[in-house]
Amino acid sequence: MRKTSAPTLKIASAVLFLLVLLVAVPLLINATGRSDLYYTLTSVALLSIISAGVWITFFIGRINIGQGAYALMGGYVSAILVMNYGMSFWLTLPLAGLFCAVASVLIGLPILRLRGVYFAMVSLVLTEVARLLALALPITNGASGIVSIPLPTGISLFGLTLVPDFATLANPRLAFYIVAVLLMALCFLGLYRLAHSRIGQLCQSLQQNEELASSIGVNIAYLRVIAYALSSFLGGVGGAMFASISQSIYPSSFTVADSVNFMLNCFLGGLGYVLGPMLGTFVLYFGWDLLFQTGEFQLLIFSTVLIVLMLVLPNGLLSLAVPRKRSL
Amino acid sequence: MEQVIANGLYLGAQYALIALGLTLIFALMNVLNFAHGQMYVLGGFVTYTIYGQLKLPFVVALICSGVTLAIIGALMEKFLFRPVVRRSKREESTMLLAAATAFFLDAVMLLLFGEKQRGVPKIISGVFVSDRVILPYDRIVVGVIAILMIAAFMLFMQYSKPGRAMRALAQDRVAAQLMGVKVERYSMIGFAMGAMLAGVVGGLLVSITGVNSGIGGPISIKAFLMVMIGGAGVVGGAIAGGFILGMMESVGLTVLREYGDITYLVIFALLMIFLSIRPHGLMGKPWG
Repeated sequence: MRKTSAPTLKIASAVLFLLVLLVAVPLLINATGRSDLYYTLTSVALLSIISAGVWITFFIGRINIGQGAYALMGGYVSAILVMNYGMSFWLTLPLAGLFCAVASVLIGLPILRLRGVYFAMVSLVLTEVARLLALALPITNGASGIVSIPLPTGISLFGLTLVPDFATLANPRLAFYIVAVLLMALCFLGLYRLAHSRIGQLCQSLQQNEELASSIGVNIAYLRVIAYALSSFLGGVGGAMFASISQSIYPSSFTVADSVNFMLNCFLGGLGYVLGPMLGTFVLYFGWDLLFQTGEFQLLIFSTVLIVLMLVLPNGLLSLAVPRKRSL
Repeated sequence: MEQVIANGLYLGAQYALIALGLTLIFALMNVLNFAHGQMYVLGGFVTYTIYGQLKLPFVVALICSGVTLAIIGALMEKFLFRPVVRRSKREESTMLLAAATAFFLDAVMLLLFGEKQRGVPKIISGVFVSDRVILPYDRIVVGVIAILMIAAFMLFMQYSKPGRAMRALAQDRVAAQLMGVKVERYSMIGFAMGAMLAGVVGGLLVSITGVNSGIGGPISIKAFLMVMIGGAGVVGGAIAGGFILGMMESVGLTVLREYGDITYLVIFALLMIFLSIRPHGLMGKPWG
């Protein structure tokens, strides 16, 4: 009985959630006049995409603290393509992701052989490498970064305007918000499919015991590189979107602290749950924003809450809602 | 050239001490202590307060740094890491906790000491000049103290009872427990010692480079680098890693000077290549 109704229930709740985000939230924001919330919510959506990438690497049993490197890379690729080659932003978005994916395959081939803390430390160092590279390379314009990137232009197919030019819009924030939410929905839909597919189950076998998986005939080297490339793709897309919204990118746009935050988002939401990164990002980002009023005590209270959360719920926030059942 | 080697040795001694603390905590608890750099900074601030502000002797300040950090480390182990290690499903959860403690220590230091760069008067003035090497005396003193501490630490680990217990713990936790080693007690002592080492180095270096509340993160990254070079959880590896990184930094700053600030970029690139050949560092054990 229950099993047959579960998928429809899930689809219905997902659609409802999306409707709330796309219709109810803008209406609510219009009613209250807090249009600054658009930026906050857009950031949450994008950060959760980037964190979802980190989640994939957790899924194959690697602790990834290097996602900031790919977000930075994606941002720079998109910015350089738009500024120097006059490409449309919408074209650069997947290109940035692909660039990061290819780069991550090259980087991943040697470092994915590492495990546990070794991989965590190398990936942390990777973030620092990306920052130093952005400072040293001539094309990235050093510490001053790339600024005044134009807003995304429109897309029209056979004279039909699919996406309007953002520069002509009265409220580009709303447009960015909608794009970000759609991207997030797409990303988590894909993530859900991935986690429940054959590849997802193979990935889980990597998480538990790589030697055993390998001995059964799972191509672990191939699988982990694929997973890492997917993860970096998401990082690159998120970073490119961020560069476009803030219309600028600097070597300090994504630092070690950001990489650590992406990891914290996943942890906080719960590593065993697909929606973990989304919830974790939302809670962390809004918590941080709310604490802004406490001024200099912001970081103190924030970190104290984190520590307490960790002591009370060491398996993530979603372990509250789904007790004992290991649902993915 | 002699100058470069002298600088490298001096840097290496400091780095080795930092890496020793990190690797000790890792070996005993399997915890990657993100807050290590912050502990270092806190040690620096304690020395700054006692030596720079209260004008007490430098040695007293150093001891205070060590003791303060040892207490903090012990408390962190007892009330934060031990419960989380016991209850969480995945051992990576301790990483979140360590990162949160790093944020916490950063916040506390920012509130207590502000964000200004702080320095203290030199412990010994004067410069040692020979025809090839020029080194200020205070650097020599700090370097010698660091090397003495490394030696003392190794002797302690090799011959004392707590040292033996901790080595047993690092090798096999369960077996050590079965042999009657008080696991919880020595985990706490180990954590406290690791934190103490970080604090003492911070205190030592505040007399030369000064300290500010923002350098904790970069120091942690350097410590991770050294541990990776040498192999995580191995005392000899941490020392080797420290000296290697110190030497590379010293050489790199001299050789690569005309290409701009790319020393660390080169070091990272070399590290990637090195790790792809030897994933467990120089002396690390291959564990999952």
